[in-house]
Amino acid sequence: MTTPRDNILAKVRASLGRKSDDTARRAAVTDRLQRTPKGVVPRRGQLPQAEKLDLFCKMAEAVQASVARVASTADVPQAVTDYLRQKNLPAHVRMGADAFLAEMPWSGQKNLTIESGRAKGSDEVGLSHALAGVAETGTLVLASGPDNPTTINFLPEHHIAVIRAADIEGDMEAVWTRIRATYGKGEMPRVVNMITGPSRSGDIEQTILLGAHGPRAVHIVVVEE
Amino acid sequence: MQITSPTFKDNAAKALADAQLQKALGNVRAGFIDKRQKAADALPEFEALRDAARDIKNHTLAHLDLYLETYAEKVEAAGGQVHWAETAEDARNRILEICRRLGAKTVTKGKSMITEEIGLNAFFEEHGVTPVETDLGEYIIQLRGEHPSHIIAPAVHLNKEQVEEDFRRVHTHLDPSRNLDEPTSLLGEARAVLREKYFQADVGITGANFLVAETGTSIIVTNEGNGDLTQTLPKAHIVVASIEKIVPTLEDVSQILRVLARSATGQDMSVYTTFSTGPRRDEDPDGPGEYHVILLDNGRSAMLGTEYQEMLRCIRCGACMNHCPVYHAVGGHAYGWVYPGPMGAVLTPSLVGVDKAGHLPNASTFCGRCESVCPMRIPLPKMMRHWREREFERNLNSAVARYGLGLWAFFAKRPALYQFATGTAMRLLGAIGKGKGRFAALPLAGGWTRHRDLPAPEGKTFQSQWAERQKKMKAKAA
Ligand code: SF4
Repeated sequence: MTTPRDNILAKVRASLGRKSDDTARRAAVTDRLQRTPKGVVPRRGQLPQAEKLDLFCKMAEAVQASVARVASTADVPQAVTDYLRQKNLPAHVRMGADAFLAEMPWSGQKNLTIESGRAKGSDEVGLSHALAGVAETGTLVLASGPDNPTTINFLPEHHIAVIRAADIEGDMEAVWTRIRATYGKGEMPRVVNMITGPSRSGDIEQTILLGAHGPRAVHIVVVEE
Repeated sequence: MQITSPTFKDNAAKALADAQLQKALGNVRAGFIDKRQKAADALPEFEALRDAARDIKNHTLAHLDLYLETYAEKVEAAGGQVHWAETAEDARNRILEICRRLGAKTVTKGKSMITEEIGLNAFFEEHGVTPVETDLGEYIIQLRGEHPSHIIAPAVHLNKEQVEEDFRRVHTHLDPSRNLDEPTSLLGEARAVLREKYFQADVGITGANFLVAETGTSIIVTNEGNGDLTQTLPKAHIVVASIEKIVPTLEDVSQILRVLARSATGQDMSVYTTFSTGPRRDEDPDGPGEYHVILLDNGRSAMLGTEYQEMLRCIRCGACMNHCPVYHAVGGHAYGWVYPGPMGAVLTPSLVGVDKAGHLPNASTFCGRCESVCPMRIPLPKMMRHWREREFERNLNSAVARYGLGLWAFFAKRPALYQFATGTAMRLLGAIGKGKGRFAALPLAGGWTRHRDLPAPEGKTFQSQWAERQKKMKAKAA
């Protein structure tokens, strides 16, 4: 019995006029998957690290994210508290099991409470650690898992993402290189979220409004050490 | 979805007389064109990226069988399931089977043109499953019992007063005296209503902008975040995607992403570009327990190897309709099926048959703007001409040519359309003037031809004819 898979593949092959010997075609496919050629990578992000960081911040602000730059990880809890105060938010954040975040001196923030685990619909503020940034577009890159549950990126009204300056890359291609180094070639985390500014919709009269279904605000804390 | 493409001319006449629609369509002209231009101008490599994007898709289509095999193996290796579907009916049945097995009553949906193509919502309703569209535009038109009028801005045909009316009619649990004057309050209300739905849903369905063979990954590109909530919160995530969505590698998709958002909305990147690979893993605290991909053919394989193969490069950015004077004048519903504008004029006859949609390719001023902005460099006008040649072969010549002429005259009589188009818009339907070279008069277009003769292209581009004419004139002069 032929399966729908066989039928579709047979139709594709027939339409392409595929000859019985496709050694060359197979070689071309294997080669591309192996080499993963980069194509045209814009010059915009090809900068020394300090300028990459500046570009990242500028591009993120251009898409209505806010950015705070701090000198070291020890300053992050205060930066989070400052943001919550400035926005009149409750001193309560949702956070995953991320070790980089966990090691920060949170106990210094007397009123701040941290709830761990996946986000709930009622969470006002979520805090995550971005594995990388893309300077070219001001994009945050986050991977799913217990460290940074995906729901934290989408359910809370405010999303605070902490990123190390050294993790800011010029372009998406460099991010794939990093992900391959961590997860293996051809492998991916369950979800990679590339996030460029807060949620928005232009569906009513093509007027852009922030806060459609995801966070109304994205705040990025860059750790420069 | 009932196909009303055969009555395009009547649909168009109604659209032109619809004051609400005409006001809303002003937002297409105002909203998209400048933004795209600015975004393209700000990236020096934009044109080179268009070439790269085209070449990547050409390479993929030439090796589609092999990339499909690789992709499916990778999905399965990541714990996902691939369901190959030859037809829309097969796809609907596979989806329903999954929903039934999970006892799904409510299904949330991210924005997806492919589920429009297979008529999924109506099918769900017939079978006792409640589909909830979660993209704001899709939600609005679902409340109205309508279909999208634009592939990326489904409710672009509506004004905010109409949305307010619908929300008051449907959201009866809310205070009737609430203020909904501003788009922000409409958005806030939709956000609150849909929040509950995400948590109620048993299954979440999304489309896919791309499928990556290298990793078995499906990608959605959105601005609202609804697609992510749709796929993250329920028990199962079903991705519905057609076979030409494949790209080989993560680097390849990065090339195409750079032209997608810029061409669509003028953004450098859409807010959310989400790469999903398989279901929830052992250590994951969230994510869907099952991950299914419905891999749909529905006529694509038959387009390969034909003059329409290049249409399979389409990434559904909407730029061609955003820049189309005919779309600006009549909106998307007049086209009568799922895909409007120039891309629809080429794709619809391929997918539903030339008998039903064979004259859509005539709904064009042949100004060439669609091709000039298409990020994938799809030669849309050339393919519309191919369709007209097909009609001749099918012996629909007289009837369709007359119909085509009627359509042409219909647009030619409306000067706004022609003012909008550039001088090259004066290229006519090749079908009309075969063998004559020029028209001194055209029935129904007398007002127009009184002042000038019209060149009648014979299935060639304006430029090539112009060159030929110049040559002939030179030869005469010599
Ligand atoms: S045909 Fe080109 S411009 Fe039109 S939607 Fe497809 S990719 Fe975009």
